[in-house]
Amino acid sequence: MIKIDVRRKAFGEEEVLRDIRFEMDVGETVAILGPSGIGKSTLLRLIAGIDPAFDGEITRPEKIAMVFQEPVLLPWRSVVENLTLVHPDLGTQAALSALERTGIVDKAGLFPGQLSLGQQRRLALARAFAGRPELLVMDEPYVSLDPTTAEEMLALTEALIAETGPAVILVTHSEAEAHRLARRRLRLAGKPATMIKEFAAGSASASWEGHHDRA
Amino acid sequence: MDCSCTLNKTLQHSVLVRVLSLGLLLWLWMAAAELTADASVLPQPWALWAPFAEAVGSGALPYHLGMTLWRVVCAFVPAMAIGMVFGFLMGRFPSVDRWLDPWLVVFLNLPALVLIVLCYLWIGLNEIAAITAVVLNKIPNVATILREGARALDPSLSAMAQVYRMRPLARLRHVVMPQLAPFIAAAARAGIAVIWKIVLVVEFLGRSSGIGFQIHFYFQLFDVAMVLVYALSFIGVMLLVEALILQPAESRARRWRTA
Repeated sequence: MIKIDVRRKAFGEEEVLRDIRFEMDVGETVAILGPSGIGKSTLLRLIAGIDPAFDGEITRPEKIAMVFQEPVLLPWRSVVENLTLVHPDLGTQAALSALERTGIVDKAGLFPGQLSLGQQRRLALARAFAGRPELLVMDEPYVSLDPTTAEEMLALTEALIAETGPAVILVTHSEAEAHRLARRRLRLAGKPATMIKEFAAGSASASWEGHHDRA
Repeated sequence: MDCSCTLNKTLQHSVLVRVLSLGLLLWLWMAAAELTADASVLPQPWALWAPFAEAVGSGALPYHLGMTLWRVVCAFVPAMAIGMVFGFLMGRFPSVDRWLDPWLVVFLNLPALVLIVLCYLWIGLNEIAAITAVVLNKIPNVATILREGARALDPSLSAMAQVYRMRPLARLRHVVMPQLAPFIAAAARAGIAVIWKIVLVVEFLGRSSGIGFQIHFYFQLFDVAMVLVYALSFIGVMLLVEALILQPAESRARRWRTA
């Protein structure tokens, strides 16, 4: 069980997040929606454990992976090393299998700078799923991709989630992406941002499921 | 039109430009020697061959060259190591920077000669004082360059390493050090150039061996040719160090950029 309870997050005097609470099970996908600058990425950083400075408590599993807005690769290491160095227990063969699964095994010996943006994002996905995470945090992973590549990436993500079964928290601007990947959608609004509604996928957008804690 | 294009292409060739540039310097030296018309003030380049051969043959040049090179290495290694640690800490932790920045300003503005004289006065005319003086002179420069490097570390890569729980050593080796590599290379190249000049002053003032000592000796004899022989020999060695060690190491670290 993953429990998010962020009572308050501030940068100096400026309060950014307040009273955001929800729970989710392994295997469940939750999408977080909201306008730009509302604090979605800040919330993800708290959930991923990158930023520990907040009031509240987050219960998260041991194995976490994150797909960032940018691919965030090690540009000075080869494609395959980007997997084996981040996951030292993986082994080269398993790393190559992960690259094969994401369609870039023929690029294994290149540097990330020699890949297209779409290929770099595939590598970021391979890195995220290669460690078989229990919680996967995705911060607008398809931003700045053309529609065809974005659709391919979306399909690949769907397949990889189905294969590995982690809990997924996805931040996105796209209702369509949220609708396709997530069973639950949370929306942030206000200043400081708080969770205003929770929709189940497939429900009418006005249907109110509760403020938090779906227990 | 064709001629100017060919000339342009030739001049863009870096090796050729280097050779031409050095040839121009040599020509200026020859012209100055011709105008001076006094070999005791400025001999022609070819007039240095005989004293050079004699200094090599007697074993004096290799010995003093070796002593200076040894002092350069002894000063370079600790100056780089200590400067890197201080620079990194100052770049990463603003509180450390607030405390140490005034020290840095003081030491950066302290003339090398003052530190050398003080070290000789406090520690004595020995090898430890000589090396300490050079190290103290160089640490602030290395720290300043590495502080900028540490400040420029990409926070998103740190976040990635944190989320994926990379081990501290792996994080240092594969995430931090490659980002610092250009700054370390810059500090090393600037460092080696400055260190050997300071080592020469240290030897000039208080040692009985090394290129600096020999230059002092021949200065007292007004022997310009030998002063030039020793100085140029060491410049040659440092150019070899630059070409055979520093430049290949830097190109290797930058391989991913040009791939």
